[in-house]
Amino acid sequence: MTGFTQDQLGWEPWLAPLTADELTDEHYEALVDKARAASPYFLLLARDPDVLHARTKTDVDIFYNADSGLPRAERELAATATSRRNGCVYCASVHARFAGHYSKRPDDVQRLLDEGVGAPQEGTWRAVVDASVALAATPDEFGPEHVAALRAAGLDDLAISDTIHAAAFFNWANRLMLSLGEPTQEAGQ
Amino acid sequence: MINDVIDHLAGITPGSPLDRLRARRPGAREHAQRSFDALFTPDDDSDVTLVERDAIAAFVAGLHQDAEIASFYADRLAELSPGLLKAVESEIEAGGTTGPYGVYPDGGPLAKESDEGLRYRARNPADLGVRLAAAFEHAHLLVFRPREAREGDLDALARAGWSATAIVTLSQLVAFLTFQIRVVAGLRLLRKGSAS
Repeated sequence: MTGFTQDQLGWEPWLAPLTADELTDEHYEALVDKARAASPYFLLLARDPDVLHARTKTDVDIFYNADSGLPRAERELAATATSRRNGCVYCASVHARFAGHYSKRPDDVQRLLDEGVGAPQEGTWRAVVDASVALAATPDEFGPEHVAALRAAGLDDLAISDTIHAAAFFNWANRLMLSLGEPTQEAGQ
Repeated sequence: MINDVIDHLAGITPGSPLDRLRARRPGAREHAQRSFDALFTPDDDSDVTLVERDAIAAFVAGLHQDAEIASFYADRLAELSPGLLKAVESEIEAGGTTGPYGVYPDGGPLAKESDEGLRYRARNPADLGVRLAAAFEHAHLLVFRPREAREGDLDALARAGWSATAIVTLSQLVAFLTFQIRVVAGLRLLRKGSAS
């Protein structure tokens, strides 16, 4: 197993994904984007197509809806911080690359990966990381102080809601990635 | 009739500021609810029964220690299988802890971050049955220490009678709840603090 990294990793399932021959129209609809039929992760989740479809649509709106709210870079930062706290090396690698790309701050992202969620970050990033980490706790530790810090960093209610959703969603994603397979050093197929 | 479980649990009413806020992310709102529907009123429950789904949800919600959300799922189970609720409550008590924690592989680059914690085993497996006892142990692993999950954990589920498809549904069920519960907690705070 590798440590946390921004390198491209592969992911191998521990259960048999559906094969190309097994995919029906319903499965393709569940995958939403046909390119996902190349991913063993999505082909494994396609065993329950209704849930996969709803999950994918939820994911897409939380991360790609560009109608104001939290900028994409900070949504990806919330995903990265959550994955770092929960221990999902694979999810962290993917979303750290996105966070670094959209923010043009790959060094700040790398520090989060190397030193953990407590590593120094400035301004909005500090507030987003802290909120994400508090939400990752069970029971959650997210409190009025986290909302206040996000507001003080200049986030409006929609941006705070986006932070909550991006962090919460990665509690879902991390648990699937961590428990249904494992990361590999090679780039994904 | 509850149209949207997150709105219901977070206390968001039609026309309120938070209702308008959620309307800005219509896909997330609609499909979080569709995920709930797909998990709890599936077209086909042959791989994971409705009682199993409600029992696992009541256990997972209980582990999160939010009284209102725990009651919501406990009530669902009580309606479908009143006899099972007491057994589930006893397991929630046995599994109570705080997370996330978990050890990373020995000698690996993250070993220094290993954090030991409770490794829950079903307190009264006979009351749950073989399938549910295994599912509860897996659910606890996913809720509190997912970083410890290994291939052998899936073998344990298979030995208890869970098919590959059932394991995917079970994983989605537990993982979805960890999302839903956090969204509710976050939106509740935002609603209380909302100036408008």
